[in-house]
Amino acid sequence: MDSSRPGISTGDAGLPEMSRATPRLDFVDDFRESADAIRLLKSLTERAAAGLPAAGRTHATDGGATELKVMEVCGTHTMAISRHGIRQTLPPWLKLISGPGCPVCVTANRDIDAFIEMAQLPGVIAATFGDMLKVPGTRTGLAEARSSGADVRVVYSTLDALQIARDNPGRRVVFFGVGFETTAPTVAAALIEAQRSGLENFLVHSVHKLVPPALAALCASPEMAMDAFLCPGHVSAIIGPDAYRPVAAEHGLPCVIAGFEPVDILLSLNMIMDQLEAGKAGVAVQYSRGVRPQGNPAAMELLYSVFEPCDADWRGLGRIPASGLMLREEFLPHDAQKVLEVDTGYSREPRGCICGQILTGRKRPPECGLFAGECNPDHPVGPCMVSSEGTCAAYFHYEM
Amino acid sequence: MSGPEDTVRLAHGGGGRLTRELVGDVFARALGNPILNRMDDAATLELQGRLAFTIDSHVVSPLFFPGGDIGRLSLTGTVNDLAVMGAAPLYISAGFIIEDGFAIAKLERIAQSMRAAAREARVQVVAGDTKVVEQGAADGLFITTSGIGVIPAGVHISAAGARPGDAVILSGSLGDHGIAILSQREGMKFDVELKSDCAPLGEMVRQMLEATPRIHAMRDPTRGGLAALLNEIALAAGVSIEIDEAAIPMRAEVRGACELLGLDPLILANEGKLVAFVASQDAERLLEAMHSHPLGTGAAVIGRVLRPGETGPGDDASRSPATAAATPDTGSRSRNRVYARTVMGSRRVVQMPAGEQLPRIC
Repeated sequence: MDSSRPGISTGDAGLPEMSRATPRLDFVDDFRESADAIRLLKSLTERAAAGLPAAGRTHATDGGATELKVMEVCGTHTMAISRHGIRQTLPPWLKLISGPGCPVCVTANRDIDAFIEMAQLPGVIAATFGDMLKVPGTRTGLAEARSSGADVRVVYSTLDALQIARDNPGRRVVFFGVGFETTAPTVAAALIEAQRSGLENFLVHSVHKLVPPALAALCASPEMAMDAFLCPGHVSAIIGPDAYRPVAAEHGLPCVIAGFEPVDILLSLNMIMDQLEAGKAGVAVQYSRGVRPQGNPAAMELLYSVFEPCDADWRGLGRIPASGLMLREEFLPHDAQKVLEVDTGYSREPRGCICGQILTGRKRPPECGLFAGECNPDHPVGPCMVSSEGTCAAYFHYEM
Repeated sequence: MSGPEDTVRLAHGGGGRLTRELVGDVFARALGNPILNRMDDAATLELQGRLAFTIDSHVVSPLFFPGGDIGRLSLTGTVNDLAVMGAAPLYISAGFIIEDGFAIAKLERIAQSMRAAAREARVQVVAGDTKVVEQGAADGLFITTSGIGVIPAGVHISAAGARPGDAVILSGSLGDHGIAILSQREGMKFDVELKSDCAPLGEMVRQMLEATPRIHAMRDPTRGGLAALLNEIALAAGVSIEIDEAAIPMRAEVRGACELLGLDPLILANEGKLVAFVASQDAERLLEAMHSHPLGTGAAVIGRVLRPGETGPGDDASRSPATAAATPDTGSRSRNRVYARTVMGSRRVVQMPAGEQLPRIC
């Protein structure tokens, strides 16, 4: 990488330079330059002419042609790929498949049901990010619970939930801690502040999840057939590139940490091809304007001062060891599960919904019998249609 | 005038002395004119020609925002609905639902702002109504306005009027109102030097119609934004539309805020913009007329109505030059659709907004 040009690598294969000569890059527009995008695309397309690299897991399609499968593991990437029409511009041998990158979507129904139960308890204020509101649980959803009188409030930051707890000393405020390593440090900060200021009525229902264990679980699954990972930009800004080295080394899959604009994604795909062609499987950072080599040690320290790893249930992937985050012992008075002891009862996936298979890249949204019919953004059946990072929502909004 | 402590009480809505006081001191003082001042049960108006008649309720939160307030919004909202039908807006009625305890000083400020907007729009408020509800039964103040305008002879604007080949013209930068409101929302406040575009469009439309009366369809992209507007026109007219993302005027602040919040700028509300559909040979003349009005200086052609045979995401034009030859045709399955050409040179679908509408934006 040329460190004087943030985010832009000229790469081994002599990839195109950015069109602007100035060193300062606009964080959005410069990565949306049409000319750059088309050049990067051309570079990808031309690589096919020379024959595809024989990557470890490259597999033949029905027609006998080979193709490469790259899995993106970040809902924001999924949205960007759909919204910018990237999928349809790629050469036919290069397939982008969506993985478990949407935190709302990977949350198990049992955990959602538990939060809905908590929301319905007397004296409780349930605070959540907006996406969770319309996700259906087994028996009811948060939006329905709110219509029936539960006090459910949408917040944009964990600190807003903390403020609600401060403003309502007589009531318990339960925050639904959903998210990956990006969100968890902010929840940790709120918990530390709650403990420091004696806000005993601030509780967290933590179903936070860790990305690297999920990638490892995906790789270990025999039915998975990926050739490389497009790794999440924001999560990586926290955990750092080293977190993917085991996956790259043990499973021989190139990992490239990508930004979110069309040029970022196309450049990252070229960087994946660099590795495949060279027969290498390492971790590379395209999104260097956001990701430092060491990640964000302060955020990681904060995270692990409040949470510790625990086994967690993922929709579509099942139980993965040490892939979730639970509150450390000294924070247990703020643990909603421990304090409220709700009985979730029986939980199940919505009938006919294949969100689990979509989250693991085994199926695409149009292959679901409910997609765009019974299941749509106004009447979602599964979480992938609700979330602004969900694969089904991305297909529905931009690719139908 | 009221003191800073004075508030509207339930008795102000009782229809008696206090109601008269409130109406006289606040509303008649700000909005009075010979017709309103008669205080009859209904305004009597002399009108000739084809009329446009519309209604719009306003529940915006917060009531005061950069570039306007609920008063200005309630006036321009109805005026613009008349204007985009080609009508010259003339008369407005306004209904106020006020929550018990609302500061009279704020009500005066809002009434004064309606007065200023009415002057700008050259309309008169000729009828009004005031109700006061218990605390909690409304959020401060809701305003409903209706309006009447006269459509000049020879003007026939309708959503169903858009025709294949038409140019799609947007009058200026997209999303200013939506982001200005969001930047003020509780729990979301962020600093952005951005004002709502809230403004009456009647005068600009008059100039547009002078330049060419043959505008086929016209709407203002308010709630639901450009995405809803284009889908509505496509459905009503039975056509497909393609816009060019790169051609849409948008402020850097709006683009940045959308990236940050994960919003699609195409669904953001606007309160001082319009979208016109005209035959391509009339587009240049119409653009000139818009550019000569302060509210249309940023007007641009952002797309066109597709001709039969051009539709479908699988046609060659929809793919980038780099892969056009290599990708198999996925076939066409498209009627009354809206497409956006992306910076990648590919085409994506623009759906009717669903599932994630932003509440109380107007």
